[in-house]
Amino acid sequence: MTEVRVYRRPVPTWWWVRKRSYFVFVMRELSSLFVAWLVVYLLMFLWAVGRGASVYGDFLNWASTPWVVLLNVVALLFLALHVVTWFNLTPQAMVVKLGSRPVPAALVIASQYAGLLVVSAIVLWLVVR
Amino acid sequence: MADSIRLQVTRYRPDADSEPRLQEYDVPLRQELTVLDGLNHIKNEVDTTLSFRWSCRMGICGSCGMNVDGEPRLTCATFLSDYAPGPVRVEPLANFPVVRDLVVDLYDFMEKLPRVKPWIIRDDERSVDDGEYLQTPEELDAYKQFSMCINCMLCYAACPVYGLDPDFIGPAAIALAERYDLDSRDRGARERLDVLIEHEGVWGCTFVGECTRVCPKHVDPAGAIQRYKLKAAKESVKAFLLPRGAR
Repeated sequence: MTEVRVYRRPVPTWWWVRKRSYFVFVMRELSSLFVAWLVVYLLMFLWAVGRGASVYGDFLNWASTPWVVLLNVVALLFLALHVVTWFNLTPQAMVVKLGSRPVPAALVIASQYAGLLVVSAIVLWLVVR
Repeated sequence: MADSIRLQVTRYRPDADSEPRLQEYDVPLRQELTVLDGLNHIKNEVDTTLSFRWSCRMGICGSCGMNVDGEPRLTCATFLSDYAPGPVRVEPLANFPVVRDLVVDLYDFMEKLPRVKPWIIRDDERSVDDGEYLQTPEELDAYKQFSMCINCMLCYAACPVYGLDPDFIGPAAIALAERYDLDSRDRGARERLDVLIEHEGVWGCTFVGECTRVCPKHVDPAGAIQRYKLKAAKESVKAFLLPRGAR
């Protein structure tokens, strides 16, 4: 076979800002870090509660400092992106069948939001009762 | 509507150029003219040295895939009028090495495709005298979507994972593996899983979803890959929990 001199185009570092869909994808991947942060935050919260009133008070003071509030607001926005994007992708990854008929994609997505709502309601009830 | 539109076409001559450059051509603009028609106009009337692949002009052969304004498209199914007043950038499919002008080197895919064994594998081969393997319409529907792939490589050009890690086996190959796995006549799922369970197999995919969006045949390779991940995960759990005989 004749040797062909091909040109390999380099992938630019900023490839992910060139297209909206790539950008959303990278932000969705990035959102995992914020989800992880919220888990750590929750564990710290539980640890503080377990240590008694003064430690819990210190935790609340720390949690209301501007940078922690800012971090948590950003984390919440990324969490929302995480939820919406992954919920939307679920019907593509899973074919749910009821009998022999596949369940419509919209119903799969809606059932996830319903699940989220139920879990949130239970947590809210636990907190405020 | 103006009667012409400007195409900015990538030129690369391996014997003379150190890297690709853009060359501009004005081509006729009419409602029914496609990007491929524009390229053929250049080739026939303006510059015979321009190289590009095409064959059927009707979205069946899968050979005229190029990046049009940065999006992987079949140029025979992409109308110039949608880009008026222009200019329109026509580049070789992204993520593949350029051989010349708009022609890319597809050797990598040709090497990867047979790895997933995209053919019917049987435990017991029936003889011709025994007749055909029968299939119900439902059994056909199970895999039909994935059998529509025309190997046009638009999904590879749209996949940033493949661009960054050329070892990734890629969307079309996995969708074709799924096509045979879902075929009621096939018994080769185990063999294909052994190939796809590797890191360069399904786990390389991060579910960007662009492959599905650009697919001209609505194959949904991203869906196929995620379903394969589910299968692979189930197998891993089974292998971990169950004794060898029960798997």
